Amino acid sequence: MKHLLSIEQLSREEIEAVLDRAESFAEVGRRDIKKVPTLRGRTVVSLFYESSTRTSSSFDLAAKRLSADLVSVKAAGSSVEKGESLKDTVATLSAYDPAAIVIRHPYAGAAQMVAGWTAASVVNAGDGKHEHPSQALLDVYTLRRRLGALDGLRIWIVGDVLHSRVARSNLIAFAKMGAEVTLCGPPTLIPRGIEALGCDVSYSLDGIEEADVVYALRMQKERMSESFVPSLREYAASFQIDTRRLNPRQLLMHPGPVNRGVELSGEAIDSPQSLIAEQVAAGLVVRMAILYELLAGGDPSAPSADAEGTRPTPIGTPA
Amino acid sequence: MSAQGELPTTSLREQLDVRPGEDAHLVLRRATVLDPVAGIDSVHDIVVRDGHVAALASPGEADTEGAEVVEAEGLHAFPAFFDPHVHLRTPGHEHKEDVETGTRAAAAGGYCGILAMANTEPPVSTAADISALREQARAGASVPVGFLATVTKEMAGEELTEMVELREAGALGFSDDGLPIVDAGVMRRALQYQHLCGGNIALHEEDPRLSMGGAMHEGPVSAVLGIGGIPSVSESTMVARDAAIAAHESARIHVQHLSAAESVEIVRAAKAAGVQISAEASPHHLCLTDEEVRSLDPHRFKMNPPIREERDRQALIEGLRDGSVECIATDHAPHQPEEKDVPFEQAAFGVTGLETAFAALHTELVLPGVIGLGLLVERMGGGAEPFDLPRPTLAPGAEANVVLCDLGAEWTVGEDGYESRSANSWCAGRTLTGRVLMTVAAGQVAFRLRSFSLGVAS
Repeated sequence: MKHLLSIEQLSREEIEAVLDRAESFAEVGRRDIKKVPTLRGRTVVSLFYESSTRTSSSFDLAAKRLSADLVSVKAAGSSVEKGESLKDTVATLSAYDPAAIVIRHPYAGAAQMVAGWTAASVVNAGDGKHEHPSQALLDVYTLRRRLGALDGLRIWIVGDVLHSRVARSNLIAFAKMGAEVTLCGPPTLIPRGIEALGCDVSYSLDGIEEADVVYALRMQKERMSESFVPSLREYAASFQIDTRRLNPRQLLMHPGPVNRGVELSGEAIDSPQSLIAEQVAAGLVVRMAILYELLAGGDPSAPSADAEGTRPTPIGTPA
Repeated sequence: MSAQGELPTTSLREQLDVRPGEDAHLVLRRATVLDPVAGIDSVHDIVVRDGHVAALASPGEADTEGAEVVEAEGLHAFPAFFDPHVHLRTPGHEHKEDVETGTRAAAAGGYCGILAMANTEPPVSTAADISALREQARAGASVPVGFLATVTKEMAGEELTEMVELREAGALGFSDDGLPIVDAGVMRRALQYQHLCGGNIALHEEDPRLSMGGAMHEGPVSAVLGIGGIPSVSESTMVARDAAIAAHESARIHVQHLSAAESVEIVRAAKAAGVQISAEASPHHLCLTDEEVRSLDPHRFKMNPPIREERDRQALIEGLRDGSVECIATDHAPHQPEEKDVPFEQAAFGVTGLETAFAALHTELVLPGVIGLGLLVERMGGGAEPFDLPRPTLAPGAEANVVLCDLGAEWTVGEDGYESRSANSWCAGRTLTGRVLMTVAAGQVAFRLRSFSLGVAS
C-alpha cells in the first residue's frame, strides 16, 4: 500500500493486514515505554482543514509512538487562511520530504489529489462527505476484537447518512468483511441510490431488533434549518437509540463526538453494550498500524521491518 | 413567426462579425461531399470562389486556373458546423479565452460560426457592450461570431435589459446562460417583450433550490462519493415551466444543454403540441455518464448541467434521431488550471469542446453505429436556424462554409496543445478518430491543420 485514500480501494486482505498489525501495537501500548523506533528520522505531516479532536490527536500520537518527526498544520492560523491553494500548500510541505501526509479536508477527493502532487504516502483522514477510511478500520478492529469476525453479522447504521463520510466508509468496510448492512434514517438524510452499494435501507427503526450491532451517527444541529428534519425533538423521538430500543444482546457504536440526548440517550452511551470508549482506544493502534503499513510494511528495505520482525521492539530494548 | 420584421438572412458574413480577409479561391478535388439537408452525397470537385460555393463539379473536372488545389480524394467535405453555445470569456476573463483564441478553436473544430454567451464580467447587458464585442470580432475573429445579450440586468434575474436597443446594436438573441431565470414572472415578461424586440431566448434550465450545493448528477454515483447531487428534476421542471409559458405567450425559446431524459421528453411533447421550442445537446452529455466522476477529476468531468446516467445519454441520442434535439452545441467553457486543480466540489463548472466535438462524436457515436454520419453532420449545423441564421450548406451558390475531414485519422487530444487558451477539455488524453484538416468560414480559409497544409505544399 502506498496511500490510504478510501476503503473502496482496499481488499479484504489489505484491511486484515492493517488490523493484524494493529493487534501487535496493542501489545506495545501495554508496556511502560510505549514508543518504538520504526519511523525514526522520517517525517509525518498532519494537515487538517477541518476541526478534529480524536482523529488528529490519535494520528499525531501514532506518529510520535513510531518515533516520526511530526509537523501538524491546522488551517486556522496557517497560510491557508491567507488564501494559499491546497496544491501550493502541499508543494510547500513536500519540500520537507515527508514520508507521509495525513490530510483532512472538507471536500471529496482532496486526499486523492494530494497523492498526485507529492511523493509522500497520503492518508485520507476524512475528505468531505466521501470517506473516512481510518475510522472504518478502527471500527472493524473494535468489532473484530469483541466478536472475532464480522462474517454474517447484521449491522445497522442509523442517522444522517447523507452528510456522513463515516457511514460511507463503514458501510463499504463492513460489507467487505462479510457483514450485512442496513442504513436507517429519515428519507431526507439517506442519499438517493445508495442501495447500489449492496445495503438495505430503512426509513424507521422498525426491525432494528435483528441487528447485532447498532452504529449511530452524529446528528448535526444545522440540519434543521435546511429542512432535513423538522426538529431535533422529532428526530430523537423517531431515531434516538436508547436502552429501551437497544436490547441487551446488541452492541452500540458511535464515531464521536456524541450529541447526548439526540442520536443516543445518555444511558445507552454509558451502558455495558457501548463500545464507544473501545473505539477511541482502537483509534491509536489502528492509526499506528496504518502509518506502519504505508511507510514500513511490505518494504524489505525499510529500516525496521525486517530487523525487528513483525513485533515492534520498544526503544531501549536491544534488537 | 414571433420575431417580426426579420427577413430571411443570406449569409453568416452579413449577419455576424468576422475579421475581414481574402476570399479563398479553392478547388477541393475529388472530395466525398456530404450535405444531408441539401441531399448531396457524392464525390465532387468543390470550387470555392468569391465567398461562395461556385460549383460542385464532376470529380477531376473543375477548372483549377488561378485556384489553390487541395487534393481531397478519400477525404470528406461537409457543411461547416455552427455552435450556438460558446463562452468566449470576454470581457473580464481574457486569461481563459478571448475572441481571437476562441474563434481559432472554433475554426480548428470545423465551425464556420458561433454564438458567444453573455455571462462575462461584467455581463453583456448594454448596447455599448455589444458594439465593443462586435468591434473585437471584426478585428480578430477567425470565424463569424454572434453575441447574445443577457435577458436580465447583471443576470440578476430581476429586471429586463433594454432588449430593443440591444437588438438594434446587433445582439443575436438573449441568454442569462450560466444562471437560470428563476422568477417565472420575469421569464414571462421577457417572452412577452420578445414580440417587440425579436430574437430567440436561450435558457439555462435549472431550479437552484433543487440543485442546491450540487456538483454532479444525483444518483448512485453521487451517493457513493458523498458529493451533493444535482437531480434531473432541477432541469426538467424548469424546461416544463418555460415550455408552458412560451406556449401561453406564443413566444419562442431555445433550451440549452439538455442533460436529463425527462427534459428530452418534455421538449418532444412541447414540439408535438406546437410550442416554438428548440433544443441543443452537448458532446459530453452525448458521450459520457456520471460513472466518469468516480475518478473525481474536475478537469474533464465537472460541468453544469452534469453528465448523467446511461438512460439520459440514450434519451439525448434518441432526441438527436427524432429531431427533438435539433442541434449539437459544445457549451465550450474554458477555465484555467487554478480553478480546476482543486477538489471536485470546489472546482469551476465547465469543459472545453470546440476543437473536439466532431471527432469525439464521430468516434463515440458514428463509428460504433449508434447514429449515422449524415445525422451527425446535420445536427452539427442545426444551431444556426433557431437564431434566424442560415444553416451552412454546400449547395452551389451558398456562402462557402466548408469543413474538410479525414475520417480515418487518429489523434490524441492535447498532445499538440490547443488553439483555445484553456486546456480543460473533457477529451484530454483520448485518442479520437476523425480530424478536421481545413475549415472555410464565410468564404475565407479559417483553419488548416499544419501537417496537412505542409503535405499539400510538397
